[in-house]
Amino acid sequence: MKAGKPVRTYGQGRGPVIAWWGNPAARALIWQALLAIAVISLFVWAGRNVVTNLRASHITWGFGFLAEPASFDITGSLIPFRAGDSYGRALMAGFGNTLTASLTAIVIATALGFVVGVARLSNNALVARSASAYVEVLRNTPLLLQLLVWYNVVLKALPGPRQSIALPGGLLLNNRGLYGPWPVESPGWNAVGAGLLTALGLCIGLAAWSARRRREGKAALTLWAIAPAVLICLPLAAAWLTAGSLVGALPVTWPELRGFNVGGGVTLLPEFVALVLGLSLYTSAFIAEIVRSGVQAVPKGQREAGRALGLGEGPILRLIVIPQALRLIIPPLTGQYLNLTKNSSLAVAIGYPDLVSIGAGPVLQNTGQALEVISLIMLIYLGLSLLTALLMNWWNARMALAER
Amino acid sequence: MTTTPSTPVKQPPAHGALARPPRQAPGLIQGLRSLVATPLNALLTVLALAIAWFLLRPAIEFLFIDAVWSGHDRAACLAGEAGGEIGACWPYIARRLGYFIYGQYPEAQRWRPNAAMALCALNIGWALWPRAPFRGAALFSFVLPFPVIAWILLYGPGFSGLVAVPTNLWGGVLVTMVISIVGIVVSLPLGVLLALGRRSQMPVVRAASTVFIEVMRGVPLLAVLFMANRMLPLFLPPGVLPDPLVRVMVGVSLFAAAGMAEVIRGGLQALPKGQYEAAAALGLGYWQMMFTVILPQALTLVIPGIVNTFISLFKDTTLVTVVGIFDLLTTIDVSSRDPAWATPVTASTGYAFAAIFYFICCYAMSRYSAAMERRLAAAGSRS
Repeated sequence: MKAGKPVRTYGQGRGPVIAWWGNPAARALIWQALLAIAVISLFVWAGRNVVTNLRASHITWGFGFLAEPASFDITGSLIPFRAGDSYGRALMAGFGNTLTASLTAIVIATALGFVVGVARLSNNALVARSASAYVEVLRNTPLLLQLLVWYNVVLKALPGPRQSIALPGGLLLNNRGLYGPWPVESPGWNAVGAGLLTALGLCIGLAAWSARRRREGKAALTLWAIAPAVLICLPLAAAWLTAGSLVGALPVTWPELRGFNVGGGVTLLPEFVALVLGLSLYTSAFIAEIVRSGVQAVPKGQREAGRALGLGEGPILRLIVIPQALRLIIPPLTGQYLNLTKNSSLAVAIGYPDLVSIGAGPVLQNTGQALEVISLIMLIYLGLSLLTALLMNWWNARMALAER
Repeated sequence: MTTTPSTPVKQPPAHGALARPPRQAPGLIQGLRSLVATPLNALLTVLALAIAWFLLRPAIEFLFIDAVWSGHDRAACLAGEAGGEIGACWPYIARRLGYFIYGQYPEAQRWRPNAAMALCALNIGWALWPRAPFRGAALFSFVLPFPVIAWILLYGPGFSGLVAVPTNLWGGVLVTMVISIVGIVVSLPLGVLLALGRRSQMPVVRAASTVFIEVMRGVPLLAVLFMANRMLPLFLPPGVLPDPLVRVMVGVSLFAAAGMAEVIRGGLQALPKGQYEAAAALGLGYWQMMFTVILPQALTLVIPGIVNTFISLFKDTTLVTVVGIFDLLTTIDVSSRDPAWATPVTASTGYAFAAIFYFICCYAMSRYSAAMERRLAAAGSRS
């Protein structure tokens, strides 16, 4: 190296000066600026196209249509809806139906999934094999196909109202739906409702108190015995106090054949039955797998340690295995609940009036506000997902604190 | 570079004392004994048998015993003089098979979808067979040259000298396969980019990737399909209206990319930090580090997850029936309303056929995924 011909330039003794485009921080800024410009120009371009297209088709952008009266009826929805009610109420009714079907299916899917998941671990080879056949068949066929089979094949093949199949519990099943008993509005039932809410609050309080006692090293409450007793006795006591006696305080209408149709009681439409059946069976296969892997993930040593402490098989399951398995099961389980809720949009294929089938069906067709309707639908689902994600994060944080 | 093998060579078991005891396979007798080992077990056995009897017997009767195996028209599948139960109407499937596989693709041109599907099978086999040579090249050919060749074969654009077949004539298994393959071909690279973006140090890149992934994963595929079908035309300049099949493919691919990104992110997070540090110590830049060190390991790690994503993508393609695309399920639904085959069992036979088709495809893929998982677990436990 000759003097006077420096190979590198040094700036005021602060290290080598690199060309500014070689600096990682500067490069990062450039990349980000480019991405931001690309995304923004894409949105601007799309937005300008939307404006031109809407002007060409004489549609005015806005959510004003939500307040306008609709000209269609919705049957079988929890939130009653008749022609003349607003489009906004139609979407609300659809969302209510989405929630009703999803929650019902979630309860059934969880129960079925836990039973099948535990059955897959059975040491009875026949039970284990049957459970895995159940899982494989339901998991490896499309949900839409299952829904169509339930709706178009199984429910259509049921007899007409006059030959209704009587199920235990006063239920009637025919090709027009599932009929069940329903409480009649009365002071007794109102008292039961109030009693149930009070009992729920009481149970939550007891659980918190029990947890505090356990943290303080005192014996916890036998909640598994107390909670059901409170939940059953308090509402009944409330009804008895209001009506004077339990006999006749809780009137119920039973479904029965009247002429050519079934009257009385509550009716579940075949669309609802097919949707709930399809969703809950399909999801139960996934839940079964989650339960199985969760239970299998609890180390064998935990059970052995329980036995060494002299615990019986029941307490080992209840106190050692299930609490540890639940920690692994619950996060993916919420994922499945979300999937189920999103999958309930397949109701559109069998004509159950859920959020998507009402939104993308009559509302969109009658108003032509595709942009607004579809964005609303997506926002509602997104809100549900984010809410669940928040709850999950809270739960995970709680679980992480429990570890030492 | 040392010459010592990274994995210890397996020694043949020595004779005598150190030989491993024979593996105790649960024999038939043992298996049978477990069925009645305790009263509870015996009860469960009876219960399982009863459920199987109630579910399996009608299925077997429908598919085989009461099924009609030969005939030329609907008369064969209507309850005859005997008046017995009629099961699946297989002649209907046999007569309609061409429609179920190709839709309305012209019969003289059906060698083209056949060739494309054969190419696809060869390429996938090459990429998935663990001991095949040049698997990286297979992956590349699947992402770039293969889709172009398949498109030329199927569509027959002007320069190719083939008869053009517009996409509205495509249907059945062909469309199901086209949508699934396009979905995986687009979602794999896009998913890699999104996963890298979500783990990027740059806030703008990270935010953009996260928002895209969360939005796509937060909404149902059906909403995305409606968006692609009804909203995409609004976002494009007036007069530009992509083919309905293309619109649906855009929706499915973007949806699948978000799922893929989360699977790949899992692989990236599972890699030990030392891998990143070692690559940085070698002086590799970001893209060199990713393509030569990180991604090959991360992607291998999540092959089971990628296959599972593909299985759900494959099942989800049935949803395109709602926006009027002729996939397998739609062709079956349309055929079941054909008056020439109007029988009480036409719809259920079609559904049975679809169920068998989807089950075979998805079950085979899930077996592959499980086998890869075991392979990876074994490889992991060796190091």
